[in-house]
Amino acid sequence: MDGPILELRGLSKTYKGGVRALDSVDLDIRRGEIFALLGPNGAGKTTLIGAVCGLVRPTEGTIRAFGEDVKSHWRSVRRRIGLVPQELAFDMFARVDHSVEYSRGMFGYPPNKARLEEVLRSLSLWDKREVKIRELSGGMKRRVMIAKALSHDPELLFLDEPTAGVDVELRRDMWRQIGALRDQGTTIILTTHYIEEAQEMADRVGVINKGKLLLVDDKDAIMAKLGRTEARIILGAPMSELPPALGEFPLSLEDEGRTLRYRGGDGTGKGKREIAEVLRLLVRQDIMFEEVDTRESTLEDIVVDLVDGREGGAA
Amino acid sequence: MNLRGAIAIFTNELLRFFRTAFGSILSPVLTTSLYLVVFGAAIGSRMDPSQFGGSTYGAFIVPGLIMLTLLSESTSNASFGIYMPRFTGAIYELLSAPVGVFETLVGFVGAAAMKSLIIAGIIMLTAMLFVDYSVAHPFYAAGYIVLVASAFALFGFILGLWADGFEKLQIVPLLILTPLTFLGGTFYSIKMLAEPWRTVAQFNPIFYLISGLRWTFMGGSDVPIGLSLACTVGFVVLCVGVIGFIFRTGWRLRE
Ligand SMILES: Nc1ncnc2c1ncn2[C@@H]1O[C@H](COP(=O)(O)OP(=O)(O)OP(=O)(O)O)[C@@H](O)[C@H]1O
Ligand SMILES: [Mg+2]
Repeated sequence: MDGPILELRGLSKTYKGGVRALDSVDLDIRRGEIFALLGPNGAGKTTLIGAVCGLVRPTEGTIRAFGEDVKSHWRSVRRRIGLVPQELAFDMFARVDHSVEYSRGMFGYPPNKARLEEVLRSLSLWDKREVKIRELSGGMKRRVMIAKALSHDPELLFLDEPTAGVDVELRRDMWRQIGALRDQGTTIILTTHYIEEAQEMADRVGVINKGKLLLVDDKDAIMAKLGRTEARIILGAPMSELPPALGEFPLSLEDEGRTLRYRGGDGTGKGKREIAEVLRLLVRQDIMFEEVDTRESTLEDIVVDLVDGREGGAA
Repeated sequence: MNLRGAIAIFTNELLRFFRTAFGSILSPVLTTSLYLVVFGAAIGSRMDPSQFGGSTYGAFIVPGLIMLTLLSESTSNASFGIYMPRFTGAIYELLSAPVGVFETLVGFVGAAAMKSLIIAGIIMLTAMLFVDYSVAHPFYAAGYIVLVASAFALFGFILGLWADGFEKLQIVPLLILTPLTFLGGTFYSIKMLAEPWRTVAQFNPIFYLISGLRWTFMGGSDVPIGLSLACTVGFVVLCVGVIGFIFRTGWRLRE
């Protein structure tokens, strides 16, 4: 099967209070990718996940997973999907191993000690298997949620803010585990507020705001299209106008000619190469400079610009 | 059909019960014992057996006490069983799993009924310590007890879906179920009531349930067994219908 693993068409959700949490969303998720859904609080990320996983009833639109309609084939489809919700939610008094086995059973799979051990070991929970969940630390509880979702070996995994409230080290650890899942062929859709997370792991990125999907593209393509490099070159002496040799670069003079500003590039390193070239030309023309400051725009800048309704600049 | 899913829910619920088994069993056993000591032994010894079909008053109230336990245990077990995951958010898993009405009912309602059957069994054994009673139709008695336990577990399940706070969860058993059970003839025969109360009592549905169980124990009762049975089955059908409707609309389950 080469088609998308998940297809959303015209998906909309209006809650009872009248909030339009999803507004005609079209989205295809490719088999085996990590897809990061970015957007501010209340953008509709959790609602989108809920609609696919059966927690939210869509108002309009269709959802197909593994080529089948999720409404008419809910039993077979759900067996192959795993969900780690945003909030911690389980029976706090249950033991870790019982809780994970319960999840597997609920999805219709027979008990499997080997799988249980594999999942718990991969999340460093094996030593805690006989401990009551309430006695675990917050980060460990979060990993129990992941273990529950992995207990039935889903092909499509939803992670709703998997690293919220998790320290830096554990976050890196989770990135490694998510990477390992992808290597095993699991398709992963995650939401996050840490854009570095998307930048680090995702193959593709979608930006959602007020229920509308604003942009979906390969992470690298977004960076290339909307990414920018900025440089500030403090000159030794003020300049009244740009030397003609520098005319072909996106440069401007600021601060009464004391600062030369570069704004350009495309997120593929072109900006950095051009800045090096500018510096070489300055030296060749004996123009002195005192300081050079460069900055690459991040996915964060791009998303913030998009959400604020600004374009990421003319490409 | 996801039989494994149903079994997983059922065993998980029973596991939860056994975690707190001591408390869950002790309190109904203690209450029943107190009733049997106070009413059965102390007061009952002064009552005229002719009013109770020739048996002692202690033996007469045993089916009433079993019914009292069955109703309150089935209802509270099932209502807490489904309300807790709604309250903690753990319900997300049930909603995202390949689990439908059938699996949910077998799992939650089945386990709740099973718990109250275990407790009812223990109470029957406890009652033997205090009064001398026998069961006229053991086979019917067992079947009837299972039916009533299931009926009120279904009712409790609906209650657990409807409740949006712990008070509501407790208020229905406290303000409706317990009074109706007491007034429905746990401790007396309706024949002992004067009019108009005798007529009023006949509008109490639980009166028919107690009367039915009493028939299986004593071989005779206030109303024909057929009528009692019809009431119980009708109640089960009504509850199943309501739950089926709830699942189809997603009420209180899906946004
Ligand atoms: N059960 C609900 N009833 C009514 N409105 C809701 C409900 N759940 C969410 N909403 C509203 O729908 C919108 C989208 O919410 P959603 O939880 O999908 O956002 P999100 O992108 O996941 O946000 P966050 O990053 O804060 O988790 C919000 O305006 C929210 O208030
Ligand atoms: Mg959310």
